[in-house]
Amino acid sequence: MARFGMVIDTRRCVGCMDCVVACKTENEVPEGFNRDWIATEVRGKFPNLAMEIRTERCNHCDNPPCVTCCPTGASHVEDLGKIVLVDHDLCIGCKACLASCPYDARFIHPEGYADKCTFCIHRVKEGKDPACVAVCPTRCMYFGDLDDPHSEVSRLLASRANHALLPEAGTSPRIFYLTS
Amino acid sequence: MTELTTTRANPLIDPGLHVWGWEIPVYLFLGGLVAGMMIISGYFLFSGRWRNTRSACFVLPGLSLVLLSLGMLALFLDLEHKLYVWRLYTTFEPLSPMSWGAWILVLVYPALIANLLLRVPGPLRARVPALGELSDRLVARPELLRWIGAMNMIWGGLLGVYTGVLLSALGARPLWNSALLGPLFLVSGLSAAAALVHLIAPDVGERELLAKADNGFLVAELVFIALFLIGLLSSTEVHIRAAGLLLGGPFAALFWVGVIGAGIVLPLAIQLLAVQHRVAHTPVAPLLVIAGGLALRFVIVQAGQVSHWVRVPGL
Amino acid sequence: MTILSRRRFLQIGAGAAGAGAATVWSPGTPAWADFFAPAQPGDRIETVPTYCDLCFWKCGAIATKKNGRLWKIEGNPADPLSRGRLCPRGTGGVGTYYDTDRLRSPLLRRKNRGEDEWVEVTWDEALNFISEKLQKIKLEHGPEALAFFSHGIGGNFLKHTFKAFGTPNLVAPSYAQCRGPRDVGFQLTFGEEVATPERTDIAKARCLVLIGSHLGENMHNSQVQEFAEAIGAGAAVIVVDPRFSVAAGKAKHYLPVKPGTDIALLLAWMNVLVTEGLYDREFVETHGFGFEAFRAAIAAYTPEWAYPITTLEPEAIRETAREMARHRPATLVHPGRHVTWYGDDAQRSRAIALVNALLGNWGREGGFYFPASFALAKYPYPPYPHSERGAVDNPDAKYPFADLGLTNGIRAATLSGQPYPIKGWFVYATNLMQALPNQEETIRAIQALDLMVVVDVVPSEIAGWADVVLPESVYLERYDDFNTEAFREPFVSLRQPVVEPPGDQRPNWWIARELAMKLGLGAYYPWESVEEYLEARLAGTGLTLAEMKQKGVVVGPHRPINVEEGHALAFPTPSGKVEFWSTQLAEKGFDAVPKYTPHAEPPAGYFRLLFGRAPVHTFSRTQTNPLLHEAMPENEVWIHADVARRWGLENGKPVRLVNQDGIASLPVKVKATERIRTDCVYMVHGFGHTAKGMKRTVGKGASDAQLITRYAVDPLMGGTGMNVNFVTFQPVIGAEA
Ligand SMILES: Nc1nc2c(c(=O)[nH]1)N[C@H]1C(S)=C(S)[C@@H](COP(=O)(O)OP(=O)(O)OC[C@H]3O[C@@H](n4cnc5c(=O)[nH]c(N)nc54)[C@H](O)[C@@H]3O)O[C@H]1N2
Ligand SMILES: Nc1nc2c(c(=O)[nH]1)N[C@H]1C(S)=C(S)[C@@H](COP(=O)(O)OP(=O)(O)OC[C@H]3O[C@@H](n4cnc5c(=O)[nH]c(N)nc54)[C@H](O)[C@@H]3O)O[C@H]1N2
Ligand code: SF4
Ligand code: SF4
Ligand code: SF4
Ligand code: SF4
Ligand code: SF4
Ligand SMILES: [Mo]
Repeated sequence: MARFGMVIDTRRCVGCMDCVVACKTENEVPEGFNRDWIATEVRGKFPNLAMEIRTERCNHCDNPPCVTCCPTGASHVEDLGKIVLVDHDLCIGCKACLASCPYDARFIHPEGYADKCTFCIHRVKEGKDPACVAVCPTRCMYFGDLDDPHSEVSRLLASRANHALLPEAGTSPRIFYLTS
Repeated sequence: MTELTTTRANPLIDPGLHVWGWEIPVYLFLGGLVAGMMIISGYFLFSGRWRNTRSACFVLPGLSLVLLSLGMLALFLDLEHKLYVWRLYTTFEPLSPMSWGAWILVLVYPALIANLLLRVPGPLRARVPALGELSDRLVARPELLRWIGAMNMIWGGLLGVYTGVLLSALGARPLWNSALLGPLFLVSGLSAAAALVHLIAPDVGERELLAKADNGFLVAELVFIALFLIGLLSSTEVHIRAAGLLLGGPFAALFWVGVIGAGIVLPLAIQLLAVQHRVAHTPVAPLLVIAGGLALRFVIVQAGQVSHWVRVPGL
Repeated sequence: MTILSRRRFLQIGAGAAGAGAATVWSPGTPAWADFFAPAQPGDRIETVPTYCDLCFWKCGAIATKKNGRLWKIEGNPADPLSRGRLCPRGTGGVGTYYDTDRLRSPLLRRKNRGEDEWVEVTWDEALNFISEKLQKIKLEHGPEALAFFSHGIGGNFLKHTFKAFGTPNLVAPSYAQCRGPRDVGFQLTFGEEVATPERTDIAKARCLVLIGSHLGENMHNSQVQEFAEAIGAGAAVIVVDPRFSVAAGKAKHYLPVKPGTDIALLLAWMNVLVTEGLYDREFVETHGFGFEAFRAAIAAYTPEWAYPITTLEPEAIRETAREMARHRPATLVHPGRHVTWYGDDAQRSRAIALVNALLGNWGREGGFYFPASFALAKYPYPPYPHSERGAVDNPDAKYPFADLGLTNGIRAATLSGQPYPIKGWFVYATNLMQALPNQEETIRAIQALDLMVVVDVVPSEIAGWADVVLPESVYLERYDDFNTEAFREPFVSLRQPVVEPPGDQRPNWWIARELAMKLGLGAYYPWESVEEYLEARLAGTGLTLAEMKQKGVVVGPHRPINVEEGHALAFPTPSGKVEFWSTQLAEKGFDAVPKYTPHAEPPAGYFRLLFGRAPVHTFSRTQTNPLLHEAMPENEVWIHADVARRWGLENGKPVRLVNQDGIASLPVKVKATERIRTDCVYMVHGFGHTAKGMKRTVGKGASDAQLITRYAVDPLMGGTGMNVNFVTFQPVIGAEA
């Protein structure tokens, strides 16, 4: 059973937001809301600076508090690739999941349900990469099965230094950032 | 030196999480208050002292029913997908405190109603004799009364703890990462409930009793708050920063003045003097206690939303 | 401590204020409202290939419609420019179609010029008005009295009409305000220009030197894709920039050069390469001209000499020079693109060309390649009338090496009436208010005109100054000429309509043809519809329009593009060699080898105003695009954190910039950051719109163009150096956080 995740090469990412714009058109995300975004972290004192630019979104955590806290089962882990999804018709909009996500990856869709990155499951089902991965002009994003040791994502993680976001929050995120 | 910028600007999320406004604090407060009222009136039932303690037992259940329903209304108002609220009852999610809460309420209402049935007011008896008979039959069976009392205490306890666990289960907000929130909200609910009886009981003896009890609850509340903060301060950096929100941050004023000072210490002092008959019993102290209980829920809910795992300076 | 972004910063303040940071969706037309309706299973999906027009790179794209409505735009995998991936602006092109601020019908000025008051008229009325005025101008002052400003391929048909009309005054800001000096500098050195798309083999470079060129913010698609490839392949990146750009964040060596001193750095690099014998001797001996004189000319420019000028450690200069030499010929010193900085830009570009020459990378892998273009016949038009008077923009070759029209030259002639008067401006797809330095000069010139026409898609600043505004359909609604730009492989791509225009907008080819008809130039339009024109141009290629419409892009057979692939070296300079010493320059009295001459320094309390690009916007043309506006609703002014502290400027709070001539900007949010030197500030170009019809963006952010009242003209080719303005800070009264 696949366990989908993302690997992002921060050396290549230029923070251009193409992934952000592509997500908005592909998924018809209403204006004012974002399923993915760019975080820029700069350390040091000019001119000795280090900068990491990251494209961020729901981490489709292995241990997702947004799912456990959901009183209706709307937030759930999909069989396909263990993708974390929200069933719009079960969601009462209590916002517990928004509060439970250490990454602030969720928002309330104007239609009243909790929304977030779906890993573009509609594309993945067609064998395509997620829209943000497919659009990235620097080709710094990789999507695949973390359980398959031969997948590109697994090989990259095995061969290069990387980190996830807030591992200390205990959610076991499935998006990893290559740093060298 | 670190510069952190993000392009995200989602409503309710950025620049800081603010998914919950006044509704949830009010819901949690009323939930806790009702929990306390159930335990108190349940205790009087259980211990068979209910006949001679009119207000506690006669007024609390009815009042609880009203307040709890108001709390539920507040919760309902907070939902973004209101028409789907019934979905809460198409499933039970054992890991979701909210789901527990939804089902606990299903237990709480009957307990309250049973309690209420023990004393059907005259006019109603006249109109619906059946109710009267039912009531008399219940009252005629002491062991059943003990059961109803016990139920009220148990469900009340669950309800009170739940209002805290609801938050402490949300690990993403360091301020809430404490198992003590449940007990804290419970005693806070008890003290508010005691204060309420203290406020409305015409019977002097009962007022005395509840005032004494309330002092106990207030002291316990202080202890729990202290332990809660010590727990955070002895944890990771994010938890220390979270505690800082209350101790010195943007919420310090409301916390120190509203919750600790006016909400606990001051009324405690007044009531200590009152029970020693150094000052007369006035509504001031109990009113402060109740307000303090509400303030506590506001501070914890709002500061908790601001508290975050990502290093955010000034907070 | 930590500094927060505009948005996160607000968190410390009121939470409510934060919500304001989100551009909450407000449906304009009903069409808008259901544009975001959730996807339904069983939607009707159609795709149409075309090429992008969010900038002038012209990437091949495929637009997808869902149930007849435009849904998304993706790269065309067959296209060598995009390789199937557009940049964020191209992806956001969807918003260009849905832009609620678009012009909908022709407008005729109702009051005084610039008052932005209009009456809607029919196309017939508008074009009659224009042609009458044009005929009158022709009669009184001759056809040359009309100047045509345009930018982009969409101007082709109108250019044709005006050549037929008889004017030689056809200009674009992409020369004197952009790449002109670069191409002149390379012409003088190698005999060939860098051109567009740049002939740089970034992908294969083992060492890439970026001087200013802020790839990653500058999102010219192929360049950025290759930049990432080079990084992926472990190329050593050297970035020279007063600001810690995105590229600097990827660099092995970051040189925080003092603004305006790059020539000194380049000379020091040449000095090290030559004195340490690190340069490509063989290349220089076989292909170099005047090397000994050159060697002598640069002998004095040691890194120690450059240190006080550039503030760069001599060791850092040596180390980077050696790094470049280590990887030659696969070391590429990028020539940049927008190089109109200080007025000595052609010489700086020549210096860059010379460093490249020393590295022997011309025509080599990882250096400069020989681009190939798809051969497409011109449409067989009758010959254009010849103009006795010649172009007006560069009288008696005042700027001897200018090889294209100068926008600023036209403006000067319009003001002076010399060498002959200019009485009409026809402006297509260029916002001269944001593009040209010194807005006041532009306005005075416009006020001196008998006719001012603007063709635009939104009511831009320049449209506000027109007598007649013509609303064009956007690229997704029209055909344009074929794109056959020379690149790694020859290709031809087609722009074709994807959707219908939402109002009474018309395509440029239709406007150009109708106007020609009214001007009695029907002979120049043998074709009825643009499809006829396009079909005719494909004659002899074996391609048909039907095939092009279906494929969008067709790539020709690969030809050798570098020495490794078998392309021969040739240098069409006077000497037939790479001119280390330029007799052309010497003859005209210029430095035959570049020299460093200091530029004016900012006075006390002032900071040099620098500007550049943001990945999600193009100049001033994308700020009303809802998708791109949301991605970046306003610009910020970058100020070093220490300077901000000293001036009491808070991150995220607005401030006004006031330049050396007392011109004050709109309030703009402070970005207090470590990412810039303390002697300059930085802004993204294109914001601070003042046109009231650009509702989505008007008043948001500040305009660098407004503050660029001074400019230094390049004596070689007339380019306008614009990094010569200084600003100070003025608190905003009643600042809203
Ligand atoms: N997203 C996006 N991409 C674009 C465009 C766009 O509008 N939007 N426009 C396209 C066009 S037409 C052009 S011409 C290019 C322009 O893009 P570039 O050719 O890269 O333009 P520059 O002026 O080199 O880039 C500005 C950079 O130069 C730095 N700089 C300023 N002064 C100096 C100096 O004195 N010395 C040095 N070494 N650096 C300095 C600034 O800090 C900034 O990082 O971008 C193209 N790409
Ligand atoms: N201050 C300052 N000046 C600069 C620069 C800078 O960075 N700062 N950059 C310089 C450079 S590198 C360049 S290349 C030039 C670019 O200069 P311009 O090409 O003039 O760039 P814009 O300001 O985007 O103006 C484009 C205009 O075309 C309109 N437009 C967009 N799409 C269409 C269309 O399909 N049809 C028609 N008819 N109109 C359309 C837009 O609404 C806008 O009014 O600016 C130069 N000038
Ligand atoms: S599209 Fe790619 S390069 Fe651009 S920001 Fe997203 S991940 Fe980074
Ligand atoms: S990132 Fe947040 S929303 Fe996504 S799975 Fe993890 S906890 Fe849930
Ligand atoms: S908002 Fe919806 S998805 Fe989130 S926890 Fe509540 S019901 Fe579940
Ligand atoms: S995977 Fe799909 S939904 Fe998630 S951020 Fe990327 S484009 Fe958006
Ligand atoms: S570079 Fe971007 S904006 Fe320019 S043509 Fe290509 S995709 Fe369009
Ligand atoms: Mo340009």
